[in-house]
Amino acid sequence: MQSLRSVPLAPHDPAPSRWAYRMHRLWLTPLFRALLRVGLPSFTLIFSIGLYLSDDQRRASLNSASAGIWEAVQERPEFMVNLLAIDGASPALSEAVRAKLALTLPASSLQLDMAALKQKAEELDAVANAELRVRTGGVLQVTIQERVPVLIWRTETELSLLDATGTRVARIFERPDRPDLPIVTGQGADDAVPEALALIAAAEPIAARMRGLVRVGERRWDIVLDRDQRILLPEVDPIPALERVIALDKAEKLLDRDIVAVDFRNEHRPVLRLTPGALEQMRNAGAPTETGASNL
Amino acid sequence: MTDLYQSQRAMRHMRRVAMQRGVIAILDVGSSKIACLILRFDGPDVLREAEGIGPMAGQSSFRIIGAATTRSRGVRFGEIAQMNETERAIRTAVQAAQKMANVRVDHAIVCFSGAEPRSYGLAGDWDLQDSVVTEQDVARVLAACDVPDIGQGREVMHAQPVNFALDHRSGLGDPRGQIGNRLACDMHMLTVEAAAIQNLLYCIKRCDLELAGIASSAYVSGFSSLVEDEQELGAACIDMGGGSTGISIFIKKHMIFADSVRMGGDHVTSDISKGLQVPIATAERIKTRHGGVVATGMDDREMIEIGADSGDWDKDRRTVSRTELIGIMRPRVEEILEEVRARLDAAGFDHLPSQQIVLTGGASQIPGLDGLAARILGQRVRLGRPLRVQGLPQAATGPAFSSAVGLCLFAAHPQDEWWDFDIPSERIPARSLKRAIRWFRDNW
Repeated sequence: MQSLRSVPLAPHDPAPSRWAYRMHRLWLTPLFRALLRVGLPSFTLIFSIGLYLSDDQRRASLNSASAGIWEAVQERPEFMVNLLAIDGASPALSEAVRAKLALTLPASSLQLDMAALKQKAEELDAVANAELRVRTGGVLQVTIQERVPVLIWRTETELSLLDATGTRVARIFERPDRPDLPIVTGQGADDAVPEALALIAAAEPIAARMRGLVRVGERRWDIVLDRDQRILLPEVDPIPALERVIALDKAEKLLDRDIVAVDFRNEHRPVLRLTPGALEQMRNAGAPTETGASNL
Repeated sequence: MTDLYQSQRAMRHMRRVAMQRGVIAILDVGSSKIACLILRFDGPDVLREAEGIGPMAGQSSFRIIGAATTRSRGVRFGEIAQMNETERAIRTAVQAAQKMANVRVDHAIVCFSGAEPRSYGLAGDWDLQDSVVTEQDVARVLAACDVPDIGQGREVMHAQPVNFALDHRSGLGDPRGQIGNRLACDMHMLTVEAAAIQNLLYCIKRCDLELAGIASSAYVSGFSSLVEDEQELGAACIDMGGGSTGISIFIKKHMIFADSVRMGGDHVTSDISKGLQVPIATAERIKTRHGGVVATGMDDREMIEIGADSGDWDKDRRTVSRTELIGIMRPRVEEILEEVRARLDAAGFDHLPSQQIVLTGGASQIPGLDGLAARILGQRVRLGRPLRVQGLPQAATGPAFSSAVGLCLFAAHPQDEWWDFDIPSERIPARSLKRAIRWFRDNW
């Protein structure tokens, strides 16, 4: 009988060995394939990175190296800011802005927090809007839009300047510092600045006599003239009322007369308040009149 | 019998699992080649009806994504003779097919031709309890079939109900829901040598595959190469393989007889080899290139160089005329066909209404075979090729692949077999707990 052990094999046996066959089948298994092609490399990568980073010293050196690179990039002359230029502000305001920003120059532009700087600059009362940008040549350009004062607001403690929106601009120490601006007073006057401006514009014919406006009860305006005369205006539609007063003044010289106040708070019932002397004189003349009021 | 029932049901279950996974391997273990096809089931028919291709035999529900053939080793007469050689050959085929399909298959349906198939016709009847036929009644009538003594060491491979009769109406395909008193059934049972199945099982297991079904190659090649009307009216399929020639007779789309002749193309080759004194490989080449069974005057002048590499000039320059070759081949082919004729006669094929005979299989490609077969088997002989299925490579569309293609159809749409019906409840062994669970599951 032919030996069973040493069967002479064909020159090339096309059959895969049992293990080759099994490995081929394993390789065709989708889960195994995904594991080997995606899972194993990613695991190796993550594991080796983790292994490398598990040492404190290495982590520290890695940190310092990255910080050094960052520093080197930051310190490049292309990124340095050497000069702070402030445009559109008066010299005093420029100084104030400069002090407020408190930059230590030269600094890297990568380290500047522009949003915070802008906010800081706009915290100043006199600054309406600040625009910051880094210009070529290492200049930090700050373009400032100043608030324009239009009124002086006298409060119990101080004199402040208000702009057209009623925002406080600055403080002044004496009225004569800004003789060109009208003066208002009273609590809540800063909330009604547009109305005040409109009234001042409307009171232009009597501007020479006008001393200022008083906000009464945070709801309506009084116009104070010289000789302690007052025009009391209504809460709503004060301008037509003021125009009526001015018209009366033009026609009948109302304000030149001996009166203390013209009360237009109720438009259907305007009231004139006479001085005590004038009242007496009127009584003596025997005019049919009611005390303290007069129908015009 | 219960063992068989369980194992066949287990295979059916495997097939279902494979269908769910969508990939199944088809293995045709033949004596001359081992073919492995890998099927992918894409769900129900993807072909559009508008193309005029209806789902003919269910072959549009799958496509073949991998195909490989390898020379068979260790298989003789369609039976495994050398286990490890066969295992290697199966491994080669499966690996190549997997490589082509680029998927891993875990389930295989296998067919083989040998192992002395024997057909039995079984009959049984059953009195219906209430006049409507239910699934249980079908199971009972199948169980009532009296099983003949199939002999020691044999195993049932197919047991298909072929015909049902209800009271005097015969020829019912599906009696369920019909009304009658007495249900009778005819069953066709095919038994094979158990040892051959055991060997095959072992080889499949060694290849890490699960067996999802097993079929006789005579049956499945009839499935693929007989056209529908032949299956309906009655026809015999002769699958001429390498080591054995399978015979299956179909009528009414059921196989009613199967047998095999233990002779095939390999015997023709060995005759040539012996007659011309050439090695088997040369003989095979000469057979496939120049073979034939009908000699003409022209063939006298056609000289075939048969060659050798012995170093002897006279021996190495030998030539033989084609007539001589045909003279060697023809007696063997005639012998095979006569044996087939004898088997068909024994089966009573000449009583069938239609006596169409279809020759298929690798050995049916011999030129002039249809003429020779017509003389021996009768006038109505044709050469058959398997029907076309999607994705089958051109190289695998020949008649040699009719059993592989038939097995694909079998995998897609197996016929109902005896074990596809439930065991009648009174036959279930008295395992009360299991029955209680079953009752519970059925009712809730």
